[in-house]
Amino acid sequence: MVISLSKDVMRILKDHDVVPFRNRVKEKAVKIKMGLVNQTKLITAASELVRNMLKYANGGDALIEVVSKGRENGVRLTFKDKGPGITDLSLAMKDGYSTGKSLGLGLPGTKRLVSEFDIKSEPGKGTTVTIIKWANG
Amino acid sequence: MDRIPILRMGPFLLVTIQVDLYDRLALTLETDLVQMVNKTGAKGVLIDISAVEIVDSFMGRIIGNIASMSKILDAETVVVGMQPAVAITLIELGLPLKGVHTALNVERGMQLLNTMIDLDDDTDDEETDD
Repeated sequence: MVISLSKDVMRILKDHDVVPFRNRVKEKAVKIKMGLVNQTKLITAASELVRNMLKYANGGDALIEVVSKGRENGVRLTFKDKGPGITDLSLAMKDGYSTGKSLGLGLPGTKRLVSEFDIKSEPGKGTTVTIIKWANG
Repeated sequence: MDRIPILRMGPFLLVTIQVDLYDRLALTLETDLVQMVNKTGAKGVLIDISAVEIVDSFMGRIIGNIASMSKILDAETVVVGMQPAVAITLIELGLPLKGVHTALNVERGMQLLNTMIDLDDDTDDEETDD
């Protein structure tokens, strides 16, 4: 069972919000003594998701939590937007697929960088992405 | 507005990224650099990212763009000083930075640029006006 130990919410509305958000994620990762490589992976994943949220949904809320499962500690990030949603999730998770002008690495690439990845989307209502990176995961 | 300084070192341009790049700043750097290449007729661009803690797909694309844009203006781009954790992350993300030359540090980057560019002071390629 995953228990949440601390909770922070940040509203992301413009690209200036990305850097403070990344710093906050880093703070939490350092606090649970996550190694540098895992930290970098987590922050990169966070950056990709936050960018998606800004680009496709004009922003949304990011929830930063320190979580624990058994003896493992980790950082859980939840990105919630009220954007257009994703019609075909399996297509969006494919490498190289993009409706925008990007490289289409965002979602599948992000999934490779984290320990746990979950995406829920309802067309017209919005998208919620949750990731967990365990300190030693 | 914030700007990342571009230093001229002989035939090369040197950019050291010391701050967290947000999107606007990265895009400004891209245009500034390409304009500087054009204005100075630089033969090489050296981008030092040793202080950069993360490179996501957007930043990766900017770096790739700078390299391709400079290339068509006859300048080579070398990215130097990438942190090991950043390299690991980039590959897992699926962004191998194709077409971008890299070197371990500024010194080796300079050496690489020197070998790539035939430097015989023939700066008579001044037909860069449009």
